[in-house]
Amino acid sequence: MTRRAVITGVGAVAPGGIGKKAYWDLLAAGRSATRAITHFDASPYRSRMAAEVDWDARREGLTLQEERRLDRAAQFAVVACREARTEAGLEFEKLDPTRVGVTLGSAVGCTTSLEREYIVGSAEGEKWEVDPNYTVPHLYDYFTPSSMSAEIAYLVGAEGPVNVVSTGCTSGLDSVGYAAELIVEGTADVIVTGATEAPLSPITVVCFDVIRASSTRNDDPNTACRPFDKTRDGLVLGEGAAIIVLEEYEHARKRGAHIYAEVAGFASRCNAYHMTGLHPDGKEMAEAINAAMTQAKVEPTDIHYINAHGSGTKQNDRHETAAFKRSLGQQAYQIPVSGFKSMIGHSLGAIGSLEIVGCLLALEHSLIAPTANLHEPDPECDLDYVPLVARESKVDSVLTVGSGFGGFQSAMVLRRVEEAGK
Amino acid sequence: MRTVVTGIGLCAANGLGPTAFWKNTLRGYNGIGPITRFDTSKYWSKIGGEVPGFEPAEHLQGRLLPQTDHMTRLALVATDWALWGAGLRSTDVPEYDMAVITAATAGGYEFGQRELQKLWAEGPDFVSAYQSFAWFYAVNTGQISIRHGMRGPGAVLVTEQAGGLDAVGHARRQLRKGVRMALTGGIDSSMCPWAWVAHQVSGGLSHSNNPEKAYLPFDHDANGYVTGEGGAIFVLETAESAAARYPVRVYGEIAGYAATFDSRTPGRPPGLRRAAEMALADADLTPSDIDVVFADAAGQPDLDKAEAEAISGLFGPFGVPVTAPKTMTGRLFAGGASLDLAAALLSVWDGVIPPTINLHNPNKEYELDLVLDQPRHQRVRAALVLARGRGGYNSAIVVCEYNR
Repeated sequence: MTRRAVITGVGAVAPGGIGKKAYWDLLAAGRSATRAITHFDASPYRSRMAAEVDWDARREGLTLQEERRLDRAAQFAVVACREARTEAGLEFEKLDPTRVGVTLGSAVGCTTSLEREYIVGSAEGEKWEVDPNYTVPHLYDYFTPSSMSAEIAYLVGAEGPVNVVSTGCTSGLDSVGYAAELIVEGTADVIVTGATEAPLSPITVVCFDVIRASSTRNDDPNTACRPFDKTRDGLVLGEGAAIIVLEEYEHARKRGAHIYAEVAGFASRCNAYHMTGLHPDGKEMAEAINAAMTQAKVEPTDIHYINAHGSGTKQNDRHETAAFKRSLGQQAYQIPVSGFKSMIGHSLGAIGSLEIVGCLLALEHSLIAPTANLHEPDPECDLDYVPLVARESKVDSVLTVGSGFGGFQSAMVLRRVEEAGK
Repeated sequence: MRTVVTGIGLCAANGLGPTAFWKNTLRGYNGIGPITRFDTSKYWSKIGGEVPGFEPAEHLQGRLLPQTDHMTRLALVATDWALWGAGLRSTDVPEYDMAVITAATAGGYEFGQRELQKLWAEGPDFVSAYQSFAWFYAVNTGQISIRHGMRGPGAVLVTEQAGGLDAVGHARRQLRKGVRMALTGGIDSSMCPWAWVAHQVSGGLSHSNNPEKAYLPFDHDANGYVTGEGGAIFVLETAESAAARYPVRVYGEIAGYAATFDSRTPGRPPGLRRAAEMALADADLTPSDIDVVFADAAGQPDLDKAEAEAISGLFGPFGVPVTAPKTMTGRLFAGGASLDLAAALLSVWDGVIPPTINLHNPNKEYELDLVLDQPRHQRVRAALVLARGRGGYNSAIVVCEYNR
């Protein structure tokens, strides 16, 4: 029998609230969590806004030692993992650990900690030969982000395949897609997947400043990210994590688990065009969408909702609008599309997984969270973007997409399980 | 469906390109020496496996130089060599039928250090517009796909030093799902002071600065490893694709792959042996079919012991030749396991097992048949490559002779 990968538990750490419920409340209300940066003095930078997580590691159950040892991104992942584990109702200690894996997405790993340690060791950039005497003993764990997937693996006792998938801003879709492939091929029965990112540090902010990808609407940070709006002027960074328990369908069914949805199709394509630029025709993203839909055996008319990448940059929103039309034809005009980055910012590698969780909640609640801050539609973006207010609608199949630096274009089809095989 | 390797591009401290590397590896040429790329006076570790004689401008267009870290330049050049060696132009294959899957550990770290320094010493306006993608882990896959117009599936895996096998395993998965060829493997370099600080606190680095005595896996005098740079990029094809464009050199077949993890659950056995067993099962082979094991060879006594137990447990005491040519290059992080895989393929192709060098006092308690100092000429029908990554990562690949 064909194996299928289904989602049975989720956990979220998002701007505006910790936990799945707080995250959904934010999305459903169409409330934006972007604000002036408080993590550090952002006054020297061009874009001084972000969607920050209000984080108290101790309150979230981490020990003082864990708080000191783990990068903020790893802390998010651990807390989201605990929620997802509880929600899935899986007793990991009773599973065969060799059949349990972990696939975690992250674009920039532990950059925040690396930058902090760099500042100390280099005396704020004074020395090229960084002083080795003032660094934390676990610096190497920041150096390579597989330390974070290991941390999650220890938490659930995983002994199957464990890894980080790091494909920039599509990491959070690609990690779940990778995990689904492993389950379908039979390598694992349960994979704890998802993604995490805590990139809000000066070096990340300046990366987007220098290529003018981020918004400069610093006087109005709460409405700064305006996907598909004529006045949009760039992305707003964010942070967060979403952890997703992916399970083989029969494994989940036998234990009577609640199934959110099946990962019915996934595909990634490279645009082979430019490391940061997008060709306006959206051809490669359309190709990824077509491949994911073919795998899921769905037609454009089966798709009830599209979760857009919607970063709020001029070129992205135009690019993916073209990709939707190219892949879905006239039907693209009939399908509601919305973008969560208007509310939770762009958390780079984590966003794809946070968006998946948002899509699952749309299935659960028959409610499509809106695109916030969309008041003046851009004539070039002429689809139904569900502006400002959430919309009640039966949702059985969802398409979610991502696009990122390096040219990565990814698409995933999530489908309610009762609908499967119809 | 069978997956074969038709192109190998590599760079290592003892050779640029497979021909030079293989010749030097068979004669036991040690590429480890004093670090020249930065001043090591502040660091107790002063040696490494730098890739010598690599002039990026000889190989890459000028516009690529300001936007790439050293490791990306090495990867782009190795990719060119792999494609040339395979006799394959990327324009010969439909654009969506080519996947690019690489391994990473720390991204373009030297580039990152330079830009961090500009940010903090000079200010935000001085940071390169290329920083956003030259440092991040996905850079090599992105740059390779752009350079060759490869628009199929792209991925990047991070499992510390096991990644060089995991990328190849995932590339094979993409071939099985329908793409025709994949560029895959790992090339890594972190030869800069800011990376050196991380390496020094990792706990694994040798404290010896004698290139002949620093990296001695499975030896009584094992005291850690040496950091190197480089790795390998492969052209993977379906057997049908390779056959269709005969004549083409097929180095060997990627016959089996598996990855496991060492949890910290009390009482659980380490997973390296299980990875090897699963890779063998995947290849439909038994231990007696394997003619050589390319060991992970951590060079740390506890890890060496664990690996020796996995090997002698699976193959019996002194049951299979074991070698670690990385004693000539140092450990290459995301590139290391890929370079070992290249050596294993060359071993299968050439019918000779490369040596492990510098071991004068191998630990007999490990019960390993180590191939020391001299190459061992024999038919190699199948080779097992083992790799481990910090934190508990284990991966294994079985490569086989390929006969049409």
